[in-house]
Amino acid sequence: MEATIATENTNKGAWTGGGKEPLGASYGKMMMWFFIISDALTFSGFLAAYGLMRFKFLDSWPIADEVFTHVPFIHGHYPMYYVAFMTFILIFSSVTMVLAVDAGHHMKKGKVTLYMLLTIIGGVIFLGSQAWEWKNFIGGTYGAVQLQDGKIVQFVDATGHQIALEDFVVQSNESRVVHTKSNGLWFEKDAGALPPYTINEVIESFKGNANVSLRTEKINLETKQKTIVSREEALKYLANAKGVIKGANLKVNEYGETLFANFFFFITGFHGFHVFSGILINIIIFFNVIIGTYERRGHYEMIEKVGLYWHFVDLVWVFVFTFFYLV
Amino acid sequence: MAHAESHTGLIWKVFGILSLITAVEVVLGISKPDSLHLSNFLGTSILNWIFLILTLAKAYGIAWYFMHLKQEKAGLRRAIVWTSVFLICYLSVLVLIEGNFLGDVLSGRYTKWFYR
Repeated sequence: MEATIATENTNKGAWTGGGKEPLGASYGKMMMWFFIISDALTFSGFLAAYGLMRFKFLDSWPIADEVFTHVPFIHGHYPMYYVAFMTFILIFSSVTMVLAVDAGHHMKKGKVTLYMLLTIIGGVIFLGSQAWEWKNFIGGTYGAVQLQDGKIVQFVDATGHQIALEDFVVQSNESRVVHTKSNGLWFEKDAGALPPYTINEVIESFKGNANVSLRTEKINLETKQKTIVSREEALKYLANAKGVIKGANLKVNEYGETLFANFFFFITGFHGFHVFSGILINIIIFFNVIIGTYERRGHYEMIEKVGLYWHFVDLVWVFVFTFFYLV
Repeated sequence: MAHAESHTGLIWKVFGILSLITAVEVVLGISKPDSLHLSNFLGTSILNWIFLILTLAKAYGIAWYFMHLKQEKAGLRRAIVWTSVFLICYLSVLVLIEGNFLGDVLSGRYTKWFYR
């Protein structure tokens, strides 16, 4: 009978699920674990789908080191450094979170406040970094040409290093008219920003510059490098050109496989949204700590529950980091 | 948990180890030594296996020490870890085998890399 009787709530204001603690975990903590497991499976589904597509296009997938090469305030080719910094920031904000939990166990309000604040700041820095990473990815670095069948070809110099379109393309005085609805029955929606050069300018400049060569998406599985084709071959490729690509969106990107950008936007976006919600929750809890809610409740278990979520976000990033940037 | 002793020392130690693992990953990711990168072991390069193992080590550090799984009762810990590890391994193995098959079919017959 005891289970059906409403008992006096010992923790002022907080519902504890009837005070039952299966496996030594309180109601709130148990529910947080339920959420984390289901969310972990969601992320696994996304990453497994990414894995499937990578194996499907094993011989043409973009090479991460050639895509994510930016570091703020420095020009040049610096793969990995910035994302390593982001990983470090997120791990550090996890540490301050767990320190806040630890301080909560000892009812040290001041320390909890400080560590929560540091956690929030870490989260904001991470989110800002991710936005910056997206900006570079969307804006693009080199530019490329898309062929009729959707493949991407990029341009390299005599040493085999990728070069940007503006390094060799000469602008002609060809006038470019915006295609409007009145010009055709089958009006194509504006594909976004106008590419920096026309396809004819690129092809003419390619013909005029003997040092430039062309690189296809195909990976030589022996050397794990993209294949560079001869100039005669390259002209055949360019004869099938469809348009100039700069940057990335959901339909096409200059790095190669369309799915690469789609998965990047979707998975890092979904993770970023988790970080964003984590920051919001952290801010709410931060103010609750300041106004003394948990001091009155008699324990800081809420910090622990929010901490679980925050560590989970960090845990997911560890895997996203591996599968997008390392492997 | 009211009388729990402070784990600050342990927390910083775990942080040190996680940062070290990340640093090793980054160094390997930038240098990509040919002996590891161009090798093949059980379907992928040894370098990729190293990354995978280091990632799992990091995940262990975060789950055990930051998410306090170590201090939970064994039953709760097993319910969480065994369930997710089993389901995730199951899904990834099947899906990756399928992806490998799709890749073989495409690259053998249906992807062309020459133009006229």
